[in-house]
Amino acid sequence: MKAVLLIDFGSTYTKVTAVDVDTEEILGTSQSYTTIETDIINGLNNAVALLKEKIGDITFSEQYACSSAAGGLRMVAIGLVPELTAKAARQASLGAGAKVIKTYSYELTERDLQEIDQINPDICLLTGGTDGGNKENIVFNANMLARSKGKFPIIIAGNRNCADTCAEILKDKQTYICENVMPRLDIPNVEPVQNKIREIFLEQIVKAKGLSNAEQLIQGILMPTPSAMLTAMKLLAKGTKTEEGIGDLVGVDLGGATTDIYSMSFGLPTMGMTALKGLREEYAKRTVEGDIGMRYSIHGIVDAAGIDRVSELSGLDEERCKELVDYLSVHTDVVPGENDDELERIDFALASLAIETAVTRHAGRLEQYYSPMGVSYMQTGKDLTAVKTVIVTGGALIHTKRTAEIASHALFTPLDAMSLKPKNAEVLVDRKYILAAMGLLSTEYPDTALRIMKRELVKDGTRN
Amino acid sequence: MEKKKLVIGVIGADVHAVGNTILNRAFLDAGFDVTNLGVLVPQEEFIQAAVEVGADAIIVSSLYGQGEIDCTGMREKCDEAGLKGILLYAGGNLVVGKVPVEEIVRRYKAMGFDRAFGPGTDPQVTIDCLKEDLGIKD
Repeated sequence: MKAVLLIDFGSTYTKVTAVDVDTEEILGTSQSYTTIETDIINGLNNAVALLKEKIGDITFSEQYACSSAAGGLRMVAIGLVPELTAKAARQASLGAGAKVIKTYSYELTERDLQEIDQINPDICLLTGGTDGGNKENIVFNANMLARSKGKFPIIIAGNRNCADTCAEILKDKQTYICENVMPRLDIPNVEPVQNKIREIFLEQIVKAKGLSNAEQLIQGILMPTPSAMLTAMKLLAKGTKTEEGIGDLVGVDLGGATTDIYSMSFGLPTMGMTALKGLREEYAKRTVEGDIGMRYSIHGIVDAAGIDRVSELSGLDEERCKELVDYLSVHTDVVPGENDDELERIDFALASLAIETAVTRHAGRLEQYYSPMGVSYMQTGKDLTAVKTVIVTGGALIHTKRTAEIASHALFTPLDAMSLKPKNAEVLVDRKYILAAMGLLSTEYPDTALRIMKRELVKDGTRN
Repeated sequence: MEKKKLVIGVIGADVHAVGNTILNRAFLDAGFDVTNLGVLVPQEEFIQAAVEVGADAIIVSSLYGQGEIDCTGMREKCDEAGLKGILLYAGGNLVVGKVPVEEIVRRYKAMGFDRAFGPGTDPQVTIDCLKEDLGIKD
């Protein structure tokens, strides 16, 4: 037996997963409260103690960790045009597993600068202009940032022709020059920025957040948790050299405060007469809906979907729905008990609508045009209609019997025919909550991680 | 000298791609840095692209007769977006019906375009105009 321990320092829970890489089996999982206030090691020790109660006192030959504790990797992204470099900067940060607190475009104002100081991000990503393109804006913003009080590192990833100028302006700050996040129009180049973000995360942020104590025990914290999730899903979709993946997929992580949607697909048009518009999409894309979550952001679900739909799906009248939503927004640790029919019904409705809203925002859209050649379409974002797998994770989804029914709200519906969601997909459930752990494991044992995922993610029925 | 930057495309709901492809080729051969947005391009997209690439000129094509409607207000939007004084050209079948070229030019200049070109204009004509307006010497 060769046991490996995989650790996820979450904002609330420290989750541990033990894997035997010889037999490719999950030995066990457990969790305990994260103890960022005292020493993060305490929470880890508690979780490991619980784990050892279940699986016996085994020695781990390797340990890997990811973290979203202490607020996760908090970033601000700055670009020029909202739909272009600002969007590319935001998307690059999200793809690196960051929590993008705010995205700025055009020239920063005094107020923006104050706000950035208040946010005091872990990293600031400064972009703007294609290579050889606009210089004035990014130089202006560099001058603004030079006056900020914060000590945060700044990644300069805009027009390469003024990268040095910006670095010179920001010489009192810690700066990193990186390839442009959008060297040519509509063609984002996110990987160099993402590598840089990860590098900074490893070098400094882990230390700054008091997570470095954990480092003595672990072979370092490898990545932010969302990045581990993304790594796992990309591996599952694409496979390795020796082991085939399962193909394009959509992933849904429904949390208490946010809902993360992942898609592993180029999302090119599946219909004829369709022109692509806007930024070219990355194969591995992550979006975060900050206003959609089962407890802290419960009102966001109702705002987006309407109380009438909550009532319709739960079978409870609107007044009662409002009461329950208000109650749950305050009592964030309440989960439906064995025989709590009412809470179970409202949670079912909310989870369904959260997924519907978040996936609809993530997926691409069609617009219809009448041209001399007849009806033609314009596609913005990814066409996910041909995706065959939807993977769901998150407490509200893995602790209910109606997972498949809830997850079906991620699928295409004729009622919103222009939204390019998966048409005929199988739902896989991450019952043991292992995705982030498998992302970590895959850094050293990709084949093993892939085979474990293929076995452990369980089918939960299909629709259509 | 740094290449002058052009943003080109076919505006509105127009999907005529042939002229766009020819112009793209001709401008590249003439030594311009071309950002080609293709067909079905809204005004906003021309402007956003021009802001981001730092364009010297925007060249709008339209073949399906609705160009006048599609181009209305474009100069004002350019001003708004910080592209004050950017060179603005339009060309193709710019209006409905048989209208003399002088009248077309008059209407487009009234909308704030620097130049307008009627059907069948040789790309070289446009290139010469660009060189003149942008101060490019051969």
